[in-house]
Amino acid sequence: MLELSLHVLDIVNNSIKAKATEIEIEINEQVLKNTLTISIKDNGCGMDKEFLKTVTDPFKTIRTTRKVGMGLSMFQAAAEATGGKLKISSKKGVGTLVCVTFTYDHIDRQPLGNMAETMQILTSGNDSIDFIYHHIKEDKEFLFDTRQIKEILGDVSLANPEITMWIRGHIEEGLAELDS
Amino acid sequence: MKSLAELEAIKNKIKNQVEVRRESDSSTRIVVGMATCGIAAGARPVLAALVDEVGKRNLANVNVSQTGCIGMCRLEPIVEVFEPGKERVTYVKMTEEKARKIIAEHIVNGKVVTEFTIGAAE
Ligand SMILES: Nc1ncnc2c1ncn2[C@@H]1O[C@H](COP(=O)(O)OP(=O)(O)O)[C@@H](O)[C@H]1O
Ligand SMILES: [Mg+2]
Repeated sequence: MLELSLHVLDIVNNSIKAKATEIEIEINEQVLKNTLTISIKDNGCGMDKEFLKTVTDPFKTIRTTRKVGMGLSMFQAAAEATGGKLKISSKKGVGTLVCVTFTYDHIDRQPLGNMAETMQILTSGNDSIDFIYHHIKEDKEFLFDTRQIKEILGDVSLANPEITMWIRGHIEEGLAELDS
Repeated sequence: MKSLAELEAIKNKIKNQVEVRRESDSSTRIVVGMATCGIAAGARPVLAALVDEVGKRNLANVNVSQTGCIGMCRLEPIVEVFEPGKERVTYVKMTEEKARKIIAEHIVNGKVVTEFTIGAAE
């Protein structure tokens, strides 16, 4: 994966597979402190302690025998390449929190990429999930919450092409304001 | 910023079209593989381009959706087209441009883009 926003899409898909109904994504860019933090929190099925160990265990043999995939380890590698790390906490039946830190100006830090497209794709396939996307940059912030959108839409689906285009544009403009 | 008032106006417009959109039995389904392998290979812009074309061309009975791993990771991004009464068409190694071409030629004009299909890739 070449962009952090692609990792976000992939990791949120884990939450969706875990039957989450509420998913919170927070991106915090603190350029002066030289940190970038991404956290993804869900209320899905969670993982028990034993399984959680294998998911972040660097000994890949366990992973292959368990036939679990690559998504988390790729995200972890992207963080570690910048001197950062990936932490997961999870509780069976409660949910999961994935928190990843990066060194902002590290030469190997992947660009954030197109978060508007990631959110467009996530919200378009999943009407029954509430997404909260909070993006902080220095002292500015942008908040996108599908609960507010659904209140306006009533029974019109978030998957409607015109709605997804609006969502994309809305987020693009909101994020551009963080840079201005 | 694209305002909530604008969203409300779009919603009202859609609600007025809803009756026309309800013939879901005759609808075409376009499915994009969005597992880790698909995303890493570039499925996100492919999916976004398909949604964009369907929206812009107002193709009311075309439905774009996402699925997990289709099981041929090295051929990702993969797009499958299901049309009622026809055989499934599997497109492989998709890009944004190829995706737009598939909407124009296959979905709108009814001509399968053979050169992008799995048959041509194998
Ligand atoms: N948010 C989550 N909630 C519950 N289980 C999770 C979550 N994220 C990951 N998992 C578990 O960890 C496994 C490994 O995840 P990942 O590295 O993304 O690979 P993959 O999704 O391809 O299996 C998943 O298969 C799933 O069992
Ligand atoms: Mg995964």
